[in-house]
Amino acid sequence: MKYILMMNTMTAGSQAFTGWSKEDFETHCAYFAGLTQELRESGELISTEVLTFPDQARLVGAGDDGMLVTDGVFSEGKEFLAGYCIVDVPSPERAYAIAARVSAAPGPGGAPLNIPIEVRPVLSGPPPEML
Amino acid sequence: MESTRGDITPELLLRDLAPQVLGALVRRFRDFAAAEDAVQEALIAATVQWPREGVPDNPRGWLIQVASRRLTDHIRSESARRRRESEVALEASRHPAPAETASHADDTLVLLFMCCHPALTPSSAIALTLRAVGGLTTAEIAHAFLVPEATMAQRISRAKQTIKTSGIPFQLPNPGERAQRMRAVLHVLYLIFNEGFTTSAGPSLRRDDLSHEAIRLARILHGLQPDDTEVAGLLALMLLTDARRLARTSDKGELIPLAAQNRELWDREQIAEGVAILSAALRAGTVGPYQLQAAIAAVHDEAARAEDTDWPQILALYELLKRMSDNPMVVLNHAIAAAMVHGPRKGLELLNSLDGDPRLADHHRLDAVRAHLLELAGDPHGAIRHYRLAAAKTTNLAERDYLIIQAARLASE
Repeated sequence: MKYILMMNTMTAGSQAFTGWSKEDFETHCAYFAGLTQELRESGELISTEVLTFPDQARLVGAGDDGMLVTDGVFSEGKEFLAGYCIVDVPSPERAYAIAARVSAAPGPGGAPLNIPIEVRPVLSGPPPEML
Repeated sequence: MESTRGDITPELLLRDLAPQVLGALVRRFRDFAAAEDAVQEALIAATVQWPREGVPDNPRGWLIQVASRRLTDHIRSESARRRRESEVALEASRHPAPAETASHADDTLVLLFMCCHPALTPSSAIALTLRAVGGLTTAEIAHAFLVPEATMAQRISRAKQTIKTSGIPFQLPNPGERAQRMRAVLHVLYLIFNEGFTTSAGPSLRRDDLSHEAIRLARILHGLQPDDTEVAGLLALMLLTDARRLARTSDKGELIPLAAQNRELWDREQIAEGVAILSAALRAGTVGPYQLQAAIAAVHDEAARAEDTDWPQILALYELLKRMSDNPMVVLNHAIAAAMVHGPRKGLELLNSLDGDPRLADHHRLDAVRAHLLELAGDPHGAIRHYRLAAAKTTNLAERDYLIIQAARLASE
């Protein structure tokens, strides 16, 4: 079963890593590099992407006169999607365990950030017996 | 290994032959899309058979024969459905295969012109060039660009469709068009190289396979057009830039800027080759932008230490380049060189001319350079602000991390 692990973080406060020390940031990056490598080697990682900062986001809507594009409305301190990974694992418990590792990524002073990770099953095709 | 000739592996041999075989087939059957599919099948057949049975005496002839057979089979099975349309092709298939003396060098050149045709978007041209001229499989190209194989297959098939509907003939462009079309070819090869050197998206800064493929293609082109000094300039630029690849990232994948690189890791042999190609081109006369960029890369490569860099020479080269092209990136680099010669304030002053340039509005490089110059000018707060602005704009993860670290380093000082 596939699960998407969505990492939501904050543009301000301890989770805004632009304000961290060099060492804290490097430790944080190394933690994720190691975790990604581990999941790739275990064959559980389907894909993972890191997103740009939310000020690069645009809201797009199709208005009456065609396409409407506006800047994002992501104000300081608001929660935003920083990245996601999709894993293929045998049980929801395993997906939650991976999410907990993501959540515990080190922040300032190496303390776990406890980033909230939204875990949701990904819809898949019909089971083989229905094809 | 028994099946290798000299130091050429069957794989490399196949990739060298791919455009020649495709050229021969398109010339004969006049159906680019079908020929391309048939050549891919022949290449796969060779990958399976050659390691087992040895490389045939005439590998190119073998591939042309197998691909022609596949294409003829394909035409026959289609012909029940589309008899009238395929008559021309069937007629062609009855002709004997072109003699070994056929101009396969010209074929490769025509293919390059076709795949880099201005009617195609850059991403289509890149994909098609890698597949048709580079002989890479769709899976390999998809992997290099970090997109699903189905996406890349679709991109390639759309590109082939565009060529079909626009009726681009399989022949060399006329002399009047030639220079402009050659610029398009060089630009596509340059983009492939850059995609490998600084990936525009994704976690890893370098994807050597793409850079190496671009160098291989530029070498082929240089072999075909030895008198074109800009082709030589592009090849030299690639070699001189790629020579620094091992020093460019740390073992953790972090970006290391030129000034901080361990120059022991630079590939001296490759630098010597690039300098030799560039020198020959410069002696031959007409100087163009690729030669100037290669000359700048050579000046950097020849400095034993960062502080030995001949910045006045680089500044002079950028001034020439600036006169030749209206490219904001050139202005940006010119400002850096000016800062190194006349001090950071001079560089910052030159950067002001780029404010409000729509081509750089969303680009991180202007902020990154300004941050660097502000730091040199002794304004850490301004530098931190612009490093962070640049970090927010870049789409390259390694580059973003580098910029965040620069800001963090200054903030803790």
